[in-house]
Amino acid sequence: MQQIINFIIRYKITLLYIFLMSIALGFTIQSHSFHKSKFFNSANRISGGVYNISSSVSSYFDLGEQNKKLVEENRRLRGLLYNKKGESLFKMDTSNINYTLTSAKIIKNSYASPRNYLTIDKGRNDSIKQDMGVITSNGIIGIVDYTSSKYGKVQSILNTKSNINAKIKNTDYFGSLVWNTERYDVVQLIDIPRLVPLHVGDTIVTGAMSSIFPENIPIGTIRKYDLNASKTLYNIDVQLFNDMANLKNAYIIINTNRAEILELESKLENVQ
Amino acid sequence: MFSNFYFINILRFVLLVLVQVLVFNKLNFLGYINPFVYILFLYWYPIKENKGAFIVIAFLLGLFVDIFSDTLALHTAATVTIAFLRPSLMRFVFGVNYEFQSFRISSATKAQQITFLALLIIIHHIVFFSLEILSFSNALLILKKIIVTFCGTFLMCILLSLLFKVEK
Repeated sequence: MQQIINFIIRYKITLLYIFLMSIALGFTIQSHSFHKSKFFNSANRISGGVYNISSSVSSYFDLGEQNKKLVEENRRLRGLLYNKKGESLFKMDTSNINYTLTSAKIIKNSYASPRNYLTIDKGRNDSIKQDMGVITSNGIIGIVDYTSSKYGKVQSILNTKSNINAKIKNTDYFGSLVWNTERYDVVQLIDIPRLVPLHVGDTIVTGAMSSIFPENIPIGTIRKYDLNASKTLYNIDVQLFNDMANLKNAYIIINTNRAEILELESKLENVQ
Repeated sequence: MFSNFYFINILRFVLLVLVQVLVFNKLNFLGYINPFVYILFLYWYPIKENKGAFIVIAFLLGLFVDIFSDTLALHTAATVTIAFLRPSLMRFVFGVNYEFQSFRISSATKAQQITFLALLIIIHHIVFFSLEILSFSNALLILKKIIVTFCGTFLMCILLSLLFKVEK
């Protein structure tokens, strides 16, 4: 007993180090497997608050440019609206609405690490929940990963864990959108079969296979493509429409039918 | 004197964390270089203080940076490691001088100070980026990151430590 106590006293620093290190490693590894890390994220009250203050100051610096972007988007949407035939302009049937949108401000952005997360200033109080899509006027950004009462953490498409269903515009060939961490303006589209005719510059949009994003939201254009190791599938480099380094305003897509879709899918799984 | 010591270190802790997350995490020089200047806290921290307390403080420092930058617990693991290795590094760099009661980092030669700082930074970066590797196979890219980020961090730390010299 005496010896054990002596041992502990002599090596107390080392033991403390091992203890704290295992806590740190534990958190890291646990967050790798379950993607809901409750403590280690910037969507909590303290860091969310700090980022909110910082962003409320720094957002003044490029108000002009953001304004221009919003006007440009308005112009495009109005163009679409006025050229739409057959329906009266402001008729809306609420029973047909599948998606609703919430606007949010991005208060923290990162794109340099292999697992990038953004923080938005909307959370549970604004009925934002996990697995909702986040887009800007140019294209998709990511998926809501975790929400606190006032802030939300968004898993960026520039994240090695990100895997989004995407397809080539005007076709039905779809693949998965992943990121190889090399460039922040280029993501990869994989699992496109070899027989698909591809051209550099073709547009990539979101596919219909997910209940997170609506179909046909723009992502980017084909930068270059080559066959994978087995020579059966394409690896496509996609140049993003979004400038991931400069994001300010975003929209969160709420799929009102998602609960129903998930319920159906889980029923199917149970049957199988 | 005693409260002064706490005041300075708490102020340093808060300011370095804020500078790290609000300025240097957004730097993204050449796309991915974000210097980790908060390591300076562990460089500046008094030598003769309780080692256990020092490791706990390093743990908290890393934890705060982690929470702000959504990096799981990578910073925490790196800071705890350099806090644990710091006494041995000091003995290695400063030699016998380190044992004397009156020894201060500021009294060592410039070359020794710089070596010590560089060792702290390189160990921190190796732990940090190799923990990042664990989940993917981009070893070469991460090695490049270690080297390039080391240069950035080292330069920034030298500049900051020249700017805010610890007068004693």
